[in-house]
Amino acid sequence: MKYVKPHPEKCGFVQACMRACARKTQKSDDLSLSSIVVTQADGGTIDINVCNQCGTCIDICPVTAITRTKSGAVVVNKSLCVGCYSCVEYCPTGSMRTHASRLAPFKCIACGACVEACPAGALELAEGEFEASYLECEQAGEPGATFSKSYF
Amino acid sequence: MSEKTIAEMKIAHRVVATHHYEPAPVEKGYANRTLHVNVGTREIKEKPVTNEMKEKFTGGRGFGLWLLWHAVKDTTRWNSDENEIVISPGPLSGITQYPGSGKSLVVAISPVTDQVIDSNVGGYFGPYLKFSGFDALEIQGKADQDVIIVIDGQTGLVTIETAPDEPADTHRLAEVLTHMYAVDEKDMRNVSVVSAGSGADHTLIGCLNFSLWDVRRKGVRVKQAGRGGIGSVLRNKHVKAVVVHAPQVRGDDNHPGDLQEIQATGRKLHREVFQNDSSMERMRMRGTPHLVEVMDAFDLLPVNNFQFGRHDDTKHIASDVWVKWFHQGIPDGCWYGCTLACAKTVEDFALSSGPYRGEAVRVDGPEYETVAGVGSNCGIFDARYILEVNFYCDTYGIDTISWGTLTAFAMECYERGIITKEHTGGLELTFGNIPAALELLHQAARGEGFGRIAGMGVHKMKEHFAAHYGADIAFLNDIGMENKGLEYSQYVSKESLAQQGGYALTNKGPQHDEAWLIFMDMVNKQIPSFEDKAEALYYFPLWRTWFGLNGLCKLPWNDVEPVDNKKKHPPKEAAKVPEHVDNYVRLFNSMTGRSITKEEVILQSKRAYDFQRIFNIRLGKGLRRFDAQPYRAAGPVSVEEYESRADRYDEQLRTEVGLTIDGMSTAEKVAALRKYREARYERLMDAVYERRGWTKNAVPRLETVQMLGIDYPEVVEVVQRHL
Ligand code: SF4
Ligand code: SF4
Repeated sequence: MKYVKPHPEKCGFVQACMRACARKTQKSDDLSLSSIVVTQADGGTIDINVCNQCGTCIDICPVTAITRTKSGAVVVNKSLCVGCYSCVEYCPTGSMRTHASRLAPFKCIACGACVEACPAGALELAEGEFEASYLECEQAGEPGATFSKSYF
Repeated sequence: MSEKTIAEMKIAHRVVATHHYEPAPVEKGYANRTLHVNVGTREIKEKPVTNEMKEKFTGGRGFGLWLLWHAVKDTTRWNSDENEIVISPGPLSGITQYPGSGKSLVVAISPVTDQVIDSNVGGYFGPYLKFSGFDALEIQGKADQDVIIVIDGQTGLVTIETAPDEPADTHRLAEVLTHMYAVDEKDMRNVSVVSAGSGADHTLIGCLNFSLWDVRRKGVRVKQAGRGGIGSVLRNKHVKAVVVHAPQVRGDDNHPGDLQEIQATGRKLHREVFQNDSSMERMRMRGTPHLVEVMDAFDLLPVNNFQFGRHDDTKHIASDVWVKWFHQGIPDGCWYGCTLACAKTVEDFALSSGPYRGEAVRVDGPEYETVAGVGSNCGIFDARYILEVNFYCDTYGIDTISWGTLTAFAMECYERGIITKEHTGGLELTFGNIPAALELLHQAARGEGFGRIAGMGVHKMKEHFAAHYGADIAFLNDIGMENKGLEYSQYVSKESLAQQGGYALTNKGPQHDEAWLIFMDMVNKQIPSFEDKAEALYYFPLWRTWFGLNGLCKLPWNDVEPVDNKKKHPPKEAAKVPEHVDNYVRLFNSMTGRSITKEEVILQSKRAYDFQRIFNIRLGKGLRRFDAQPYRAAGPVSVEEYESRADRYDEQLRTEVGLTIDGMSTAEKVAALRKYREARYERLMDAVYERRGWTKNAVPRLETVQMLGIDYPEVVEVVQRHL
């Protein structure tokens, strides 16, 4: 399963990734519509926040608007979303985005546009493993479905 | 479920009335129209929501009371043609971002109290009704055969249709109707059904089930408007069900004045639930049964018809038992976005009795009230039994709280020899007798045998036992746990005077949703004086009424709190959860575009609350004498009860009453304690009525009515009859 793995130590804070993301995923030049968010603290420390595709939100969504695609990316289906924002606050890494112009939250779909755009090589499309969500197990009819997550 | 069967049932429908309308968008929480359906005359009409209605009655229960007031006469009873069931969601209902914002409020004249009843219920119906264009639905009249009412907000069509072939019981009926009115699988989530069941046909304690389509379990789930027999009213009108088919929900269907503010407030609470629930009440995992062991520990869990407050076997029905039964891992809100998600289920439960014996079914619940009511209060500490009764009560359309309390009452009467096998048709109704208790329920649902008598509720059972079995009515009045005709919900109030008031000084009858003051009063001793208690019995019922005006759930108010709530505020303030009060004020203002304060919140409630009291007076009830409580709610009725807590009672007689009790028999002590406690309750009544701006006879004073701005001539006229 692919996810965007940040290396903030290499980042030069040009926010090329954010521009690329907003353009590719939201067809906009508004950086606040980017799913990857790069910030610089007062001391100069850089933080890159982006979804690691862990899938916690899949089990949180009341209407199953969030699913994992075959390629492993976790995606929000806008037409099913009721805009409750549970997923936004339950996200363990704070990587679910909202914007005043959008009713549904949006997030990184691991398309790699940001990785390509980064001039400093601070982003990588890495392979990761995550525990299948409860919903995925149920759908697959697997007996190992777990609910041991701390938010229940 | 076979499609063909559903198609056949549908073909058998005959549309007897239609009404086309233009579904207009909701503005700032209001659809600005209500829908009136008379199933007798087959008239369907729309009415405008006036500014006066919004200003004075806010919405939800307030709208329900206002519409019902204008629909009925002073002489209207539950089964009169003109009695109505009014379902109304309230302006904040349908918010998806703030937990607990999808409730419907139902009012009607009740078959058990002969006055106004109100009930607060989850499920999707209320918000869907509003998003289909209506702030309230009035159902009036009586059909000459079984009908359903269908409100289609997707196409703008309301119909009354005969429905001769659909099954009566909810677990089948709601499923059939959801399939019937959804366009396809994806559309199932947009259908919600209100129904009762065969038990509501034959008892006076029928409940309404409000459904939701569960996208994960791919089936129907139901939440109950339980109290006061509204399900019996529905069936008396020959309405089998009400179906709403709404447009797909979006996050802004209420078109609030300030959506972002609502989103921000909602996110704050989601975060709080996320961070705190697993260390606080663990509602997401345990639901309300987390209370079982807490109540047992504080001697508040009703056992054997409220005689006792704890039991060694409570562990068999405590929350860790339910955690295992409950289907975990699913966000079980009764409306979208409720992250507190307490609406748990048990899946594939195999039934061992009754008409569906052997079927594997979904049980919605149990809630704490059901566990305590049909379980401990009947001396039964068996999880399977509780699940079986929970399921059957729901599908039959019978209120589990009333069922629990009335079964406990019948059992005590049986144990004391007031009724015998001769009266019960052979049922051995001893505490703890599972087969007898189950059979009683199935009989009640069929309207047969002793079950038919039980199904009338405690109040009418008392009259029946006295009139036909020669029972001593005074004793029955002491142990029959009802007030105003409504059965008590499941907390022992003996040691909390404030809670005695919280139960009996209510509008609708003894139901915990109006005030729950036991910890404040008995455990934390924060409200020692009569004035303190009166203040609590002023503020909290009004505060909680506000949830009902707006279509909100009470639980996210104080079943999760900011971590620093108790540090930041002195205890009495902390009990109000001030930050959450601020959240609600913010929600209301961002929704409606108004700018009310937290003081005005209380004023909004008071208008509806006092109006409801006056409504009851208009119907010949509502006065002080109807606020009397059964002595069992206030103290030990019997010698055994006294002796089970002799230390506590002796101590009170010595220190508070100032008696020398040496040499007194237990019976004398019971009498002395009773005299003391009854006098105390009378004083409480005086203090509470005074604080509420009512006369000693519980009538809102003219000045109060004027101050509230509800001094309409017909209201003043009712009040003046009693001044
Ligand atoms: S905001 Fe949308 S995607 Fe997120 S949990 Fe709510 S309904 Fe699901
Ligand atoms: S807290 Fe429970 S009852 Fe209240 S809205 Fe949420 S799920 Fe429903």
